[in-house]
Amino acid sequence: MLNGRSKALRYISWPFHRPLLPCVRVLKLRQGRFIKLLKTGNSSPPAEALKVEKLHYAYGKHTALDSISLAVPQGAFCALLGLNGAGKSTLFAVLSGLLVSSEAGVFVNGIDLRAKPRLALGQMGIVFQETTLDLDLSVRRNLQYFAALQGMSSKTAAIAIDRAMDRLEIRDRASDRARDLNGGHRRRVEIARALLHNPKIVLLDEPTVGLDPASRAAITDHVHALCAEEGISVLWATHLVDEVWPEDNLVILHQGKVLYDGLAKTLGNDGSMSETFLDMTAATA
Amino acid sequence: MKAGMIALHAIILREALRFLHQRGRFISALVRPLVWLLVFAAGFRSVLGLSIIPPYETYITYEAYIVPGLCGMVQLFNGMQSSLSLVYDREMGSMRLLLTSPLPRWWLLMCKLMGSTVVSIFQVYAFLGIAAATGIFMPLEGYFLVLPIMVVSGMMLGALGLALSSTIKQLENFAGVMNFVIFPAFFLSSALYPLWKLTESSRLLFYIASTNPFTQAVEAIRFALYGQLNLVALGWCIFSFCLFIGIALIGYDPARGSKRKGGPP
Repeated sequence: MLNGRSKALRYISWPFHRPLLPCVRVLKLRQGRFIKLLKTGNSSPPAEALKVEKLHYAYGKHTALDSISLAVPQGAFCALLGLNGAGKSTLFAVLSGLLVSSEAGVFVNGIDLRAKPRLALGQMGIVFQETTLDLDLSVRRNLQYFAALQGMSSKTAAIAIDRAMDRLEIRDRASDRARDLNGGHRRRVEIARALLHNPKIVLLDEPTVGLDPASRAAITDHVHALCAEEGISVLWATHLVDEVWPEDNLVILHQGKVLYDGLAKTLGNDGSMSETFLDMTAATA
Repeated sequence: MKAGMIALHAIILREALRFLHQRGRFISALVRPLVWLLVFAAGFRSVLGLSIIPPYETYITYEAYIVPGLCGMVQLFNGMQSSLSLVYDREMGSMRLLLTSPLPRWWLLMCKLMGSTVVSIFQVYAFLGIAAATGIFMPLEGYFLVLPIMVVSGMMLGALGLALSSTIKQLENFAGVMNFVIFPAFFLSSALYPLWKLTESSRLLFYIASTNPFTQAVEAIRFALYGQLNLVALGWCIFSFCLFIGIALIGYDPARGSKRKGGPP
């Protein structure tokens, strides 16, 4: 119990801002929450790593994507299956911000791509159909270049690069020039690069094109393993049915429209899935 | 801001490394102006008489006259070569990597421009060094004063290349642009002869050459090499830079894709 003198001394000796500290803490907390809200758009992670709502895209009068809607749940492997010209690459170009659709809702980990493109792109790792490595630079230099484009400091980048190279088992090729790598290893480097900044979702546009069956199988297995073990969401575009596993989510795209969206195993096993896919695409041709 | 500076450093380093790896490009960048300096100028020095015009205070040799023009030519070719690499990058896909990074697109294009400008300045100094070795000297202070001017002229010519590359769909189209842009820009300028000589044959050509941004870049370099500042030329270069970079930014705007025909980029 403090007497009156002690109370008075207490208030004199205390810094006058002390009584305001709880208010300052509340403000800081709110500021932090506000910044977090700005960064993520939501305080809790959304159920979908990627959500596309009614995406329409046309080149002049030619409609490439016709009101596409799809979602990739957190930690899921989603195969985007479609024949050549189905609109997969256009979809990837819109998702990666290379093309902009005025009539689309694309949300990456809950962030609206159109409203906050830089924040949304920071949540994505992208592997393009064509190789995008600088062939004259070493594997490590290529990865360092990408890390810098993501704004990573050299120290953080060095740790992330070693980790990514270990994940993709390419550490022994770190000093080799990209030109000296075979197609399979180039793809591994590109996947390692896409994982450097710990993205919430990785988009891969026909990553096995031009690879032999063994390399194709190795890459497909590797990405499935990443998805299962590390909880990274994956959108994998392909025209090859054998790259789709029964447990995968499957979206069939044909002539710019979604023909099927559900679990792959619902369509049957490898053989029957292939037949069903061909039947579906032939029926709408 | 920090992320932007990290990206700038990385892009400049990459441009420099690419340039060093491409030895053929370095050699051709030096041989081109040296042929003009050591062969063309030697043949024409007795044909072309030069009066005393600013910034010169005395009679100079023809070789000394064309050095600033050849510095500009090095930067012009580098700017075009850089945009050629952009078209190549876009076809090969590595441009996508740049454009999908989480940084403002205008900043990424500026980084690319700065990278190409650094390379062009390195080429110009190598050329000036060889010119000095063959006995063609500039005033000592000129070698330092020309540096900031070359940053502006390099950025302007690089922005021109960037603007052109945004309109070019395929690498094959670029050869035509070289013929329709580089040669007219070079010959309709004060790089090889003073502009007053053009008035003797055609007043129209004189006016076209006077408004040519490359002429202004050459004049800005010429004055700086002789320790003087040509504000009009510098201002014209800055204005041209703003114009070209504006066109390039519109050209690389992803929203433009929906207005064009064809497939994905």
